[in-house]
Amino acid sequence: MKEKLTALQNEALEQVEQAQSLADVEKVRVAYLGKKGPITEVLRGMGKLAPEERPVIGELANKVRAAIADAIETEKRILEEAALNEQLKTETIDVTLPGRPVQVGGPHLLTQLIEEIEDLFIGMGFEVREGPEVETDYYNFEALNIPKDHPARDMQDSFYITEELLLRTHTSPVQARTMGEYQGSKPVKMICPGKVYRRDSDDATHSHQFTQVEGLYVDKNVRMSDLKGVLNQFAKQFFGPEREIRLRPSFFPFTEPSVEMDISCKVCKGKGCSVCKQTGWIEILGGGMVHPKVLEMAGYDPEVYSGFAFGMGPDRIAILKYGVDDIRHFYTNDRRFLEQYHEA
Amino acid sequence: MQVSLNWLKKYVDLDGYTPDELASLITKAGIEVDGVAYFAEKSTGVVVGSIESCEQHPNADKLKLCQVDVGDETLQIVCGAPNVAAGQKVAVAKPGAVLPGNFKIKKTKLRGEESQGMICSLDELGVKEAYLPKDAADGIHVFSDQVEVGADVTDYLNLDDAILEFDLTPNRADALSMIGVAYEVAAILGRDVRLPEESVETIAEKATDHVTIKVEAREDNPYYGAFVIKDIKVGPAPQWMQNHLMAAGIRPINNVVDITNFVLLEYGQPLHAFDFDKFGSDQVVVRRATDQEKIVTLDDVERTLTTDHLVITNGTVPTAIAGVMGGADSEVSDETTTVLLETAYFDPKRVRIGSKDHQLRSESSSRFEKGVDPNRVRKAGQRAARLLAEYANGTVLSGISEFDELDRSEKQITVTVERINNRLGTEIEASEIAVIFEKLRFQFVQDGDTFHITVPTRRQDISIFEDILEEVARIYGYDHLPYTLPEGSQQAGQLTKNQQLKRYVKQYMEGAGLMEAITYSLTTDDRAKLLISPEVEAVSKSAVRLSRPMTEEHSTLRQSLLPEMLHTLSYNVARKEQNLGYYEIGNIFIGKEEVVKTQPKEKLRLSGAITGKWLTHEWQQEAKSVDFYLAKGILDELFTRLKVTPTYKQIEMKQMHPGRTAQIFIDDVAIGFIGQVHPLVEKDFDLKETYVFDLDLDHLFAIHDDEPSFTKIPRYPSIKRDVALIVDESVTAADLEATIIEAGGEWLQNVHVFDVYQGEHLEESKKSLALSLLYFNPERTLKDEEVEASYEVILEKVKAEHDAVLRA
Ligand SMILES: [Zn+2]
Repeated sequence: MKEKLTALQNEALEQVEQAQSLADVEKVRVAYLGKKGPITEVLRGMGKLAPEERPVIGELANKVRAAIADAIETEKRILEEAALNEQLKTETIDVTLPGRPVQVGGPHLLTQLIEEIEDLFIGMGFEVREGPEVETDYYNFEALNIPKDHPARDMQDSFYITEELLLRTHTSPVQARTMGEYQGSKPVKMICPGKVYRRDSDDATHSHQFTQVEGLYVDKNVRMSDLKGVLNQFAKQFFGPEREIRLRPSFFPFTEPSVEMDISCKVCKGKGCSVCKQTGWIEILGGGMVHPKVLEMAGYDPEVYSGFAFGMGPDRIAILKYGVDDIRHFYTNDRRFLEQYHEA
Repeated sequence: MQVSLNWLKKYVDLDGYTPDELASLITKAGIEVDGVAYFAEKSTGVVVGSIESCEQHPNADKLKLCQVDVGDETLQIVCGAPNVAAGQKVAVAKPGAVLPGNFKIKKTKLRGEESQGMICSLDELGVKEAYLPKDAADGIHVFSDQVEVGADVTDYLNLDDAILEFDLTPNRADALSMIGVAYEVAAILGRDVRLPEESVETIAEKATDHVTIKVEAREDNPYYGAFVIKDIKVGPAPQWMQNHLMAAGIRPINNVVDITNFVLLEYGQPLHAFDFDKFGSDQVVVRRATDQEKIVTLDDVERTLTTDHLVITNGTVPTAIAGVMGGADSEVSDETTTVLLETAYFDPKRVRIGSKDHQLRSESSSRFEKGVDPNRVRKAGQRAARLLAEYANGTVLSGISEFDELDRSEKQITVTVERINNRLGTEIEASEIAVIFEKLRFQFVQDGDTFHITVPTRRQDISIFEDILEEVARIYGYDHLPYTLPEGSQQAGQLTKNQQLKRYVKQYMEGAGLMEAITYSLTTDDRAKLLISPEVEAVSKSAVRLSRPMTEEHSTLRQSLLPEMLHTLSYNVARKEQNLGYYEIGNIFIGKEEVVKTQPKEKLRLSGAITGKWLTHEWQQEAKSVDFYLAKGILDELFTRLKVTPTYKQIEMKQMHPGRTAQIFIDDVAIGFIGQVHPLVEKDFDLKETYVFDLDLDHLFAIHDDEPSFTKIPRYPSIKRDVALIVDESVTAADLEATIIEAGGEWLQNVHVFDVYQGEHLEESKKSLALSLLYFNPERTLKDEEVEASYEVILEKVKAEHDAVLRA
């Protein structure tokens, strides 16, 4: 009996080894371990054996059975793996073909700049305010110390709708509106971005519509050096820490003293080039200490309160920062133009 | 204002500074210098020559043979200028001279005759065209006054002059005169000002015996002064004066006119010279014009006046529009012998109206408009009289015939050192501030730390403490102000809820595949009436139009962002960009009255437009054209994220496809629309199938629920059940969904159409809708029987209400 079992085992293992496919292995399994297989037969014939031989033969038969089952399992795994490898080989793709396009839009360049400016000033404690684009003559001019017949109205040729209504020529009316709303009750620290309009024929450097960001800070004891400090901080963050700023006296009816701010030219680093008209400086914004009449008209006592205001043009800044050659690009929305600025 | 440095040197010492250095210092102190120009390009070796003889060239009709004395020798020069003649003093480029453009002068032969140099025109000497007198281009330059033969011409002709181009802000009218500029530069450099000579020799005969002044419009003309100068000989002005005028951009004409222009530039005080013999009377009457009164001005144009205009008259007819332009009848000519010289103060507003109405902007009117220095009016007249005596052979009658109610008082301002330093953030000493006032030549009385300042009338722009503050700061130097940060209340800044939502919506739109556009608010009248959302149309009384548009293209404020957005698509399509998706967030303007009286309502809208292919054909994907449901899908997800539930109702709108447009409601409030643009409108814009949407963002933001909340992640599974129903094609998905939701019972959470079929195996006019029903109970796992029961009820209900049958 023993010999017979050992022989069966050797025979079966040999066949497993020779199996070429999973089907072959299955055949071996059915042939040796199946219900009609020789091992089952041996176990079934146990009754005919002497009682002392039964446990010995039984144990041996189980061992043989386990050995064959093991061998079959191992062979199966090897064959399955080989089959999978064969299949994967057929699944190879060209990884250099282009990916499936993703449709994603992006923000307008001016919006990006305005939001960046907003975030910088929010970081310095400013709030963001808005105001109407159709303004009254009062808020656009009178409340900013530009009475009718004032020579400064020459500088702001405007789109009037009626005698008293016009498209705002600057975002400065929001100064007067915000202060007027608070009526001298608390400090004001705000910026106001928005669209503004002037009677200009559209060409490469002029647009009848453009954007502006106005800033205003009114509190007790605001100093001109604070204006310089705040604008310096803004300029270094926005344009880069290596840029220098310079303030020059200027004139705006709603500020006194008034300033214009230049930053050092990035191209020539202050030495003078065609970009900065040989001066080494590029004009970036205007501002000054809020004129006492403006404070007074808005309900702030100029003996108690002082403040500074400033205004800048994102269109102009974009032109300077990115070298955009035509202001009309901002409003024709040429896809090829807009997409350039969707990159990080 | 063009400031000649050779001229400025007469009043203030400029030694030690280059033109560029001066430009930079002046700019930093507050007057922006736009650039430094030079009167002429550089030349060398050009001297004064005297033409001894001038003969016809033997071999050429148009050439002359000249013998020219140049001091140390006499040169034979061939010259082709039409105006060359014996006896002239001219500019000669001797052999070896170098003219602009590196043009070297050599001895040469012209048509067989030797020519030892060249007689030059101003043009050949490199004087820029802008500075040339009218007739200068025609010939050689001929000196009109005493010049030394053999001397270098550079000084005589001002060839080395540098000119600063001032970009003046409207407040600095004081710098519209050379004297004013001298005060400014003297303050910056800390140097003295030398004022011009005004004294004049007069004869006993009095001006008042010849002319009387009567001012009827006293407010318009608080001062009018007239000098009378006789024995005038009209001729060219001295070369130095012509040089200064040319450098300032004014063409020389004759000595009388040039002198009035010279004093205008020197003092900032416009003057006018009448030919007294042609004036027509012995009285000057200043009054408002009568309606329809006429005058022919110096430019030979007949002007019709109104009562808004101030005129100088001879008692009968106007002889000048005050401060704007003189009349042709009394113009100074070569025959003039007696001059009536006007110096006056005209009200700025009156002059502005005159110059604006007649579109005559001049050096005179622009100065009157800004207000001239009341203390310089008389002096300027005197200075001109002196120059007429000196350079036009004039005999000046004594006295001035005048009307004088002019306020010449100087403003007094008191400031303290403490207040100045508090406002500037500086620690400037009183002594240093005193020095600044001295530099500015402001008179003051110092009382410890308090200054009582008397502001000179030339600085009309200074009237309050803050003006003085600016003067101190700019002379102290803005560069020297410290950098500080505000010390006041420190509170954090942040965007408002609406500003945050706006950014959120923008980012969502971009993530959904649209790019942001910014279009013009001003559009055409027609476009302002296109594609207006129904809820806007319902309240709009008018489109807001400009009173004086520059172009029809931008004449009216938009009532919808869509027309300009379609224009944007069109612009891109014309540039071969076919597949486009844009959105814009911006204001529309809704007129509150039929004839606009008050500010229009400004509403924030979100609009979008898509056209062409959304998915383009690629090796791994089929091209897919934009359609209604793509646009709707973008909005649906936006609404989900804004936590609102929209209802879409079919609507017919002008300019929109009648079958493919829906009005959008949230809780029964109309907030906009979505749909395909009407093919005829598409055609107008040269567009193919285009889908648009337009939403009221103000409303969406107003109803936005920003309460923070948390919904538990469900612990029990939901059960999904699909059903396919055959209904008549007129039954909408929304109808079916509504019925199902109503019938489905407590645990039916959601109904969603996932397939629509029409065609084979279905009756015509029928369609099959496949819906997915989602059941869920947050408390426990639902039983199949519960779902089954609900399902049965639903089937009954849709059968009853929509004649819907289960698809086999
Ligand atoms: Zn540069």
